[in-house]
Amino acid sequence: MSTPLEAGTENCAGPEKGEIPSALAAKADEIVKQYPASQRSAVLPLLHLWQEQFGYIGPRGVEWIAQKLDLQEIQVLELVTFYPWFRQQPYGRFHFRVCRTLPCALGGAGKTFAALEKLLGVKGDPHHGALVSEDGKFSLEYAECLASCGTAPVILCNDDFHEKVDEARATELVAACK
Amino acid sequence: MAAKERRLILKYVDAPGYTPDIACYRKHGGYEVLKKGLTQGANAIRDEVKKSQLRGRGGAGFSTGMKWSFIDPAKVTKPIYLICNADESEPGTFKDRQIIHKDPHQLLEGMILSCFANGVKLAYLYIRCEFTTGWKILEKAIAEAKAAGFLGKNILNSGYDLEIHVHRGAGAYICGEETGLIESLEGKRAYPRIKPPYFPAVLGLYMCPTIVNNVETLCNVKHIVEMGGEAFAKIGRPNNTGTRILCVSGDVVRPGYYEFECGALTLGELLQDVCGGIRGGNRLKAVIPGGSSAKVLRAGEVYKFKRKAPDGTMVDQEMKLEDIPLDFDSLAAAGSMAGSGGIIVMDHKRDMVECLANIAGFYAHESCGQCTPCREGVLWMKKILARISEGHGRDADPELLKDVADKIAGRTICAFGEAAAWPVQSFLAKFKEEFNMRIRRNGTAAKNDVVSLIH
Ligand SMILES: Cc1cc2nc3c(=O)[nH]c(=O)nc-3n(C[C@H](O)[C@H](O)[C@H](O)COP(=O)(O)O)c2cc1C
Ligand code: SF4
Ligand code: FES
Repeated sequence: MSTPLEAGTENCAGPEKGEIPSALAAKADEIVKQYPASQRSAVLPLLHLWQEQFGYIGPRGVEWIAQKLDLQEIQVLELVTFYPWFRQQPYGRFHFRVCRTLPCALGGAGKTFAALEKLLGVKGDPHHGALVSEDGKFSLEYAECLASCGTAPVILCNDDFHEKVDEARATELVAACK
Repeated sequence: MAAKERRLILKYVDAPGYTPDIACYRKHGGYEVLKKGLTQGANAIRDEVKKSQLRGRGGAGFSTGMKWSFIDPAKVTKPIYLICNADESEPGTFKDRQIIHKDPHQLLEGMILSCFANGVKLAYLYIRCEFTTGWKILEKAIAEAKAAGFLGKNILNSGYDLEIHVHRGAGAYICGEETGLIESLEGKRAYPRIKPPYFPAVLGLYMCPTIVNNVETLCNVKHIVEMGGEAFAKIGRPNNTGTRILCVSGDVVRPGYYEFECGALTLGELLQDVCGGIRGGNRLKAVIPGGSSAKVLRAGEVYKFKRKAPDGTMVDQEMKLEDIPLDFDSLAAAGSMAGSGGIIVMDHKRDMVECLANIAGFYAHESCGQCTPCREGVLWMKKILARISEGHGRDADPELLKDVADKIAGRTICAFGEAAAWPVQSFLAKFKEEFNMRIRRNGTAAKNDVVSLIH
């Protein structure tokens, strides 16, 4: 039910050393073609591609994308720091995002978040980035309105979207993370 | 009793057995309107859209026919781009999600017609990245449409070529603002551009003329071409034509999305008859009628409307909150807006200070940071509201808050400034006593779910 991230799978040596899979480079070239007027437009899709493959965007990812698109590294890095979806450190294999915006808050997102903190065994101040469990299996952070306010509270576990997540439902979802 | 739902855009959304693939779409008459449009010609479609009086469903309610008329494909020498705004991130709004997930070809057909009408050869569909499933559905739909000859080179042997690519955002609300979206699509931070001179119609994507339209707006174009602009203009009310998808969230028995003719029902009918009233037997306290940026309306309020009498003179008319028809002009007359169609309901047990603190937390997180009044002001507002909510408010805080909000609105590059200031200004104006009471009761303030989420 919950799809784990591909991070650290044996087909690549990890984001900071070793060969970059040729399939990744081929996919990147395909993406660049979608932007005939300016290849710079491909930065966001390439950042997505890298993060989906490796779980986060470190210096190597920035360097690789900059080279591919003939950009300064800062022109890539400044997007990583601007857009909340991108991260510079690995998160858990199962990353939870809990919507905290008003309709979800009215629907009990606070309780859901507290339940998940316990279930995932994460600690710390959630207002400064994601909380990661010690074993690296889980991480948790807030999200802003996920455009499903009628089924509050809603969460994302990696790419999978879940509605009406109360404590009981959260417990089920965490149990399904294998 | 309230008017019945009229599902034009959502006709097949949630219909039993209806699937998002092209075979199902075509079985239900899909892409027949495209054939009609291609024979009608581009100018004819533009005329029909003008006649339809369609207004944009993304938030501002701007006339689509007028927006298109700023670009004359016969005169423009640069490429013309069209971007579908599927960033759907205004809190309280969840309509585009339904269309993308459940009837993606309707959107594509509307988009192809709109591109054809405006001489567009390359279009982008900017979707928020959290819609991962939606993104995959759209990629598949585009491939299907291409394989069937509705997209790509020489569409249905008309000689017209069009490519559509999906472009994913990366979790920033400001990418919904059209010029921020354009910057983002150019591979930059989503810093909105200043207007003038950067009107998308003149200096848009890659400094070329660009049309940005919302998902629901583009779907409407399909129906306008199908039934004709005049017939479309008969749905709803003059200047508020067509249907509107209303997204209801918060403290009602049946939250969800509903589609009605514009202005066919009142706010009271929507909440009572359609949504089953307020949850838990509670009473209504407040409604935000058009996404979290819209000014709040308070239960029991009476508004003064100007109405045209049969003899043509303008007369004043009083209207209660629950009697406001849900259309652009009526909600504007009540001092708020229809915005994106997101209706957030709060019951009498809700603490307005905390609700506002939550909203302020959203804007503080989402300001792009370009303009000082916005970047600094939204943080101030959030911090002041958090401290009042947590029982450390100061006597002067309500005044200070108002002062900060007043100094943002009108002094920024984009309308985010207003979007952040309006909730604060309106909550303070309408629930002043709650703020003062909270401060008088300092130290004992109850801590609710709604505020623990911000900081
Ligand atoms: C802060 C801000 C956020 C916005 N977010 C969205 C959005 O998520 N989706 C959208 O369609 N329009 C959004 N808009 C409105 C767009 O700027 C633009 O007006 C709209 O996409 C035009 O389409 P329409 O004419 O079809 O409504 C936003 C505007 C502002 C100022
Ligand atoms: S008003 Fe706010 S969001 Fe808009 S450009 Fe200025 S700082 Fe950015
Ligand atoms: S507030 Fe959570 S989905 Fe909109």
